[in-house]
Amino acid sequence: MSLDRVARERLVRALAGAVIEHADELTSLDQAIGDGDHGLNMKRGFEAVLATLPGLADKSLPEMLKAIGMTLVMKVGGASGPLVGTFFMELGKALPEQPSRPDLVTATEKAIEAVKARGRSEAGQKTLLDVLVPVHAVLAEGGDAKAIAAEAVQAADRTTPMQAIRGRASFLGERSIGHMDPGSRSASLLIGAAVETLKFEVNT
Amino acid sequence: MSSLRPGNVGIVIVSHSPKIAEGAADMVRQMVGDAVPLAWTGGDVDGGLGTNVAGILEAIETAWSPAGVAILVDLGGAETNSEMAVEMLPEDRRARVLVCNAPVVEGAVIAATESSGGSPLAAVKRSAEEFYA
Repeated sequence: MSLDRVARERLVRALAGAVIEHADELTSLDQAIGDGDHGLNMKRGFEAVLATLPGLADKSLPEMLKAIGMTLVMKVGGASGPLVGTFFMELGKALPEQPSRPDLVTATEKAIEAVKARGRSEAGQKTLLDVLVPVHAVLAEGGDAKAIAAEAVQAADRTTPMQAIRGRASFLGERSIGHMDPGSRSASLLIGAAVETLKFEVNT
Repeated sequence: MSSLRPGNVGIVIVSHSPKIAEGAADMVRQMVGDAVPLAWTGGDVDGGLGTNVAGILEAIETAWSPAGVAILVDLGGAETNSEMAVEMLPEDRRARVLVCNAPVVEGAVIAATESSGGSPLAAVKRSAEEFYA
């Protein structure tokens, strides 16, 4: 996968756009089982990322991802900042400038492990890991863009009947059941935007 | 707010609410006076409820002591952001900053009291955590 400057900028705009356009939806999901700031926090973070364009896209892919992660860590606030920011930073650290598909599989796995460590969490606790882990499995099995995007949507849906074990929603115990996890939804939106933009050039 | 007493462990208070953080710091001051370096931070970067890494890094810097810094946090994001901030510190400082698993107000007062007696960082953290254990 080789992304030129134009493609890198397109990727950043697609990621930010997906979050910003759905900010109200993310907030209402978070109002149901969290503290109601997820949409606003993520929007603030990605607006800050957009503000670093066009310079951001001048960087190599790994450096660009690290810079996005750092901006999210500093600007999002709430637990999502360090969690989503760590994912981007670790992905940037683990990817070569022109990654092959196996490179992407390996780097994504490392980034997911870092998110697990940061949140002291595992899949099954109604967090963004419930999207990241199954989507990674589809990626690792060779799934195409369509399969990856579909899994991202379905994985977020599957958090609805889960009981939250980590995060603010865990305070609600059984009352967290029946609502989609906002962090899973935003992860799903980001993955959907990424695969749509990349059209999975990583098939090569 | 801050004061510099190198030697005693510094205390940092991190709350989603700046009012809680500041109020807890006031209670610490009333207990221990200026005997420990102290700083507080709260709110997101836009001034709403939340926590932010830059604010936490600044508070650690303000309360810095060669004996280290104990951080007291309220809810999840405060802890996650504090741990992130610790990792972003220069390497020689990283091991000398600990996030305590204790209630933010009570923990801060107890940690500061322990620190004011000259206890090392591990003991400061332990007393904050043991109080409600």
